Amino acid sequence: MAIECLVLGAGQEVGKSCVVVSIGGKRIMFDCGMHMGYLDHRRYPDFSRISETGDFNSALTCIIITHFHLDHVGALPYFTEVCGYQGPIFMTYPTKALAPLMLEDYRKVMVERRGEEEQFSYDHIVDCMKKVTTLDLKQTVQVDKDLQIRAYYAGHVLGAVMIYAKVGDTAMVYTGDYNMTPDRHLGAAQIDRLQLDLLITESTYATTIRDSKYAREREFLKAVHKCISGGGKVLIPTFALGRAQELCILLDDYWERMNLKIPIYFSAGLTIQANMYYKMFIGWTSQKIKDTYAIRNTFDFKHVCPFDRSLINASGPCVLFATPGMISGGFSLEVFKQWAPSEKNLVTLPGYCVAGTIGHKLMSGKPTRIDLDKDTQIDVRCQIHQLSFSPHTDAKGIMDLVEFLSPKHVILVHGEKPKMATLKGRIQSELGIQCYDPANNETVLISTTQNVKINATKMFMRSCSHVDLHSVTKSAPCLSDFSFGDSGASNLVRNEKVAEGILVMEKNKTAKILCEDEFLQTLHVKEHNVQFQYSRPLEVCREQVSCQSSSGLLPSNGSSPERW
Amino acid sequence: MKLTCLSQGGGYHFPPCHMLELCGFRLLLECPLDLSALAVFAPIPATAPGLIKAQPWYKTVAALHLWEPSLIGAVLVSTPAGMLGLPFLTRSPKFSGKIYATEATARIGRLMMEELVAMHAEFVQFYGPDERPGLPEWMKWEELEKLPPALREVVMGEGGEELGSWMPLYSAADIKECMQKLQSVKYAEEVCYNGTIILKAFSSGLEIGSCNWTINGPRRNITYLSSSIFESSHAMDFDYHPLQGNDLILFSDLSSLSSMTRKGNEFNGNNNHNEPMDEDAPLCDVSAIRTDYDNEDEIGRCLGGTDENLEEIDKISFICSCILDSLQMGGSALIPVGRLGVVLLLLEQLSQLLESSHLKVPIFMISTVAEEMLAFTNAVPEWLCKQRQQKLFAGEALFGHVELMEEKKLLLFPLLNSSNLLMMWQEPCIVFSPHWSLRLGPVVHLLHRWHADPRCVIIVEEGVDAEMALMPFKTVAIKVLQCSFLSGIRMQKVKPLLEMLQPKLVLFPEDLRMQCPLRDDNSCSFLYYSKNVMLRVPGLKSDIEVCLATDLAFQLKPRKLTERNMAIARLKGQLLLNNGKYLLVASKELPDLSNKQLLHWGSADSVRLLMALQERGIIGSIHWDKNTTGGVFSIQITKPEEAMIETSATKTVIYCRDKTMAALIYEAFSSVCDGI
Ligand SMILES: [Zn+2]
Repeated sequence: MAIECLVLGAGQEVGKSCVVVSIGGKRIMFDCGMHMGYLDHRRYPDFSRISETGDFNSALTCIIITHFHLDHVGALPYFTEVCGYQGPIFMTYPTKALAPLMLEDYRKVMVERRGEEEQFSYDHIVDCMKKVTTLDLKQTVQVDKDLQIRAYYAGHVLGAVMIYAKVGDTAMVYTGDYNMTPDRHLGAAQIDRLQLDLLITESTYATTIRDSKYAREREFLKAVHKCISGGGKVLIPTFALGRAQELCILLDDYWERMNLKIPIYFSAGLTIQANMYYKMFIGWTSQKIKDTYAIRNTFDFKHVCPFDRSLINASGPCVLFATPGMISGGFSLEVFKQWAPSEKNLVTLPGYCVAGTIGHKLMSGKPTRIDLDKDTQIDVRCQIHQLSFSPHTDAKGIMDLVEFLSPKHVILVHGEKPKMATLKGRIQSELGIQCYDPANNETVLISTTQNVKINATKMFMRSCSHVDLHSVTKSAPCLSDFSFGDSGASNLVRNEKVAEGILVMEKNKTAKILCEDEFLQTLHVKEHNVQFQYSRPLEVCREQVSCQSSSGLLPSNGSSPERW
Repeated sequence: MKLTCLSQGGGYHFPPCHMLELCGFRLLLECPLDLSALAVFAPIPATAPGLIKAQPWYKTVAALHLWEPSLIGAVLVSTPAGMLGLPFLTRSPKFSGKIYATEATARIGRLMMEELVAMHAEFVQFYGPDERPGLPEWMKWEELEKLPPALREVVMGEGGEELGSWMPLYSAADIKECMQKLQSVKYAEEVCYNGTIILKAFSSGLEIGSCNWTINGPRRNITYLSSSIFESSHAMDFDYHPLQGNDLILFSDLSSLSSMTRKGNEFNGNNNHNEPMDEDAPLCDVSAIRTDYDNEDEIGRCLGGTDENLEEIDKISFICSCILDSLQMGGSALIPVGRLGVVLLLLEQLSQLLESSHLKVPIFMISTVAEEMLAFTNAVPEWLCKQRQQKLFAGEALFGHVELMEEKKLLLFPLLNSSNLLMMWQEPCIVFSPHWSLRLGPVVHLLHRWHADPRCVIIVEEGVDAEMALMPFKTVAIKVLQCSFLSGIRMQKVKPLLEMLQPKLVLFPEDLRMQCPLRDDNSCSFLYYSKNVMLRVPGLKSDIEVCLATDLAFQLKPRKLTERNMAIARLKGQLLLNNGKYLLVASKELPDLSNKQLLHWGSADSVRLLMALQERGIIGSIHWDKNTTGGVFSIQITKPEEAMIETSATKTVIYCRDKTMAALIYEAFSSVCDGI
């Protein structure tokens, strides 16, 4: 069998994640994202490569979405409602709840603020979500007779998962975005030690090694505190979900400790609604939040209140969370225009901004003036603080995961081309694993081996397990190369005895292994015994050589006891 | 495989308990407590004649004590009630097994155990801690003799064999230790026990997180079917599709058994309130059940639980209307119901009813774990029924109690004497509080307060002997509403369900045999189990599936047996057991590269043997043995050295002094005789 992997998006770039993998006649689409940096056809994956006729229902077995970020789910309503895909779609409970909020927020920004023609409507989002089947962590879902999928916790954002898919003996993992270190509200990615033919992993920080999170958080709090004590306003452009909650937990906690009274605002009702979801999805958050929610739900923020537009020009310090994150338009741009000219104010920027956004312009160099369009210019005198904490794993995390899973092949996606090439080199040289970094619309072919299924008779099974399996497990050391599960406990029982039998292969029948005696019985024949007498023929004293003791008397290539 | 039923249990709060021996491992199925037996103890303050005035002990499954804890490999828990006895097992230093339960079951079960310990603390305060080691006073023969016969039977069982099942309650530390030993799983998560048995939990619909298990060993696929409900108003529905196609079903839903025995000694607190609930639909008339289902869909429709669910909702509505009657008369309502799902639904319906009848009556929930339990239920969308999940995606709270708490219509207090509660207290009111046995918890004090008030009402669950339960609270003027809620599969659905699941063998309780006549047919047979009788289950599969690793497959040197239309190959490898599947891999020894045959059958043709020898430079002549019949001959070899081959139909002897030459002769023989 072989795995065919068609990269429709996030090939040597970040944006519109979409990989179509064919295994044993099954075809799975992992993620269906959009590219935030383009407005033309390049924003969507080139779906025509899946099916020239546009018959996506027969071309795909299912779609699996790893998390609610638009670069992973943004093209889904378009694909189902406009392109007409009607087949199964899987995502986790939080993703199914939160993705529509993200999609609707984006759609509004595009249509209402930019006045663009809409790619999909609100109804499209609603109808699309109705087709979604929900996944729980670690739940083994039988998509059809042959295809099995399972979700593993990925950290990154609420509900983000890595996906394990298996057809026959061929298995793979698609990571989506993941984080190997826990943050304020989410745990670290977790996966079992699986036997994989292929691992497709993100590589956003393919060459970056990050320092301690604590230092970065302290730096952020220091910048915010300095700004508000100077009477300034802090603008935190962010998406409604994910980063917003983490920073909120951080600030709410800090406000409590420092006894600060300065208001923290959320710009949209969206975030308030999002917080309600976070409260219901406690099971998907970090251990600390899980342990304490019955007494106080972490997402009941004490110091956070909704923002009213009239407050934009109110006097006095404040902190404001506003969408969208990269100041690509919408409310965060509106506020930015007002607050950027004052040197007292502070604007924070996310760790990654797509080219073409204001966020990207602010990150590259220190502009004092930004041209919004040919009539509008913004003077930028405010402080800029770049948030360096990102919910993605760093290079060490990627290497750790690849080493832990030790798949036969690795494909890198969701990263920048030169950095991916470096990482690819490391995986090949340091771990000795075949690695690929295909560009968009390229296909990688991977061949896999397969175990043959045979039947064994009870007598054969008995003959090879004289040792009681119970005692074997207790005394046998854990074989690290075969162990499964986070616990490290081995699910493998190895029997040291060498089993021997006769394999019978008949047309249209499963091959069967039997003991010698059984074999003779099935053939209805009797054994023909061969003996040796190493003496002169017809001598009286015959040296009887029995079957068992004959070994070594004859030149023999085998080393085990043999019957002659 | 062997099955021993340790207890048939008694309804929702006391599930059946079995010991399953499989692949050399012992699996304990459930570890419950019989809390209905608490009825023999007098509640505090103890004034009840006849009842035992002492710190209560707790009744475990008697037959479980006959099994060595160190030999129990694993415990499977299906419902919160199925784990209440676990700390007794886990605190034994001999126990080193694994415990599996779903996350939600483990959480609810832990809260129930903690609540039990908290309520018990009141007794400890009253009687002082158990100081003397050994058996308490009430267990002495002379004391037992004094008990009324009904109580004595509860204490000792029919033959006195259950006296040993009583244990003093575990501690909070025991619960903690127990929970640390428990491995929690999600629905449909695969866990592998000891490399051999794959376990998976699937929703049973009975309660949030409750499950049926599939137990897949290398030789058997087993479904352990506990009490299941097809459609629920709160928990995820009975997920029976993944159970389809397993070879064997252990049918352990004995809910209809306990509802039948209850019918015998029914009690209604006072005569003006008769048992309002339709106990169970009349036992099925099996002949009327269709057996020729056209397809799965039809069976699915037949099993569908909408009607059952509506019935349950009707029961809830009826209870609510009874409560409303009491409230309107100025009486209060006491709800010591122990079923989480029923409590959640009552809360929703009661508040709606109060709203629509413009009645401002506070709802109190008094329990040490109420806050955590309610917070938990609003954070588990993955474990709930479709309609509740729909609320999630619509951005609403999962249960009505969230809003009730925000609006301060529902007030939670850990204890009856919380100072805040005294400030808020007003009557009439509605109080949810444990315990359903009416022996422990705040309900005892409230019942002392209200038992003589005919305007008040108390809701009593099935499985409770109401007469005995209310005995200490004379005189009983309070209205008593005893209701049975659906606790498992209805008898008439058993047959269509089994047809749907297509097992080859069903282990069915002997005691339900009469109520549910099932007949063997060519595809499925039945074995009946009874309490404390070990049932040996014959093997099903004759052959065992094994995976042949690619490296080993490449080492094979197949040989064609043309006349038999088959190919054969000698196979030598190492057998591994990985995640419940056998795998044959190449052994670390170097593979035997020779084509030497080790096993022969049939006989050698004299002429062909002579030719084969000649090809190898060995010259000889054939000599037939005239004295015997059938293929007995010898070949006298002269060159290159003197030697002889003597052969018959079943045996060949090679006489030769030189080993190299003997090997050559053997090679020649192999080439003309069938062998491998
Ligand atoms: Zn992401």
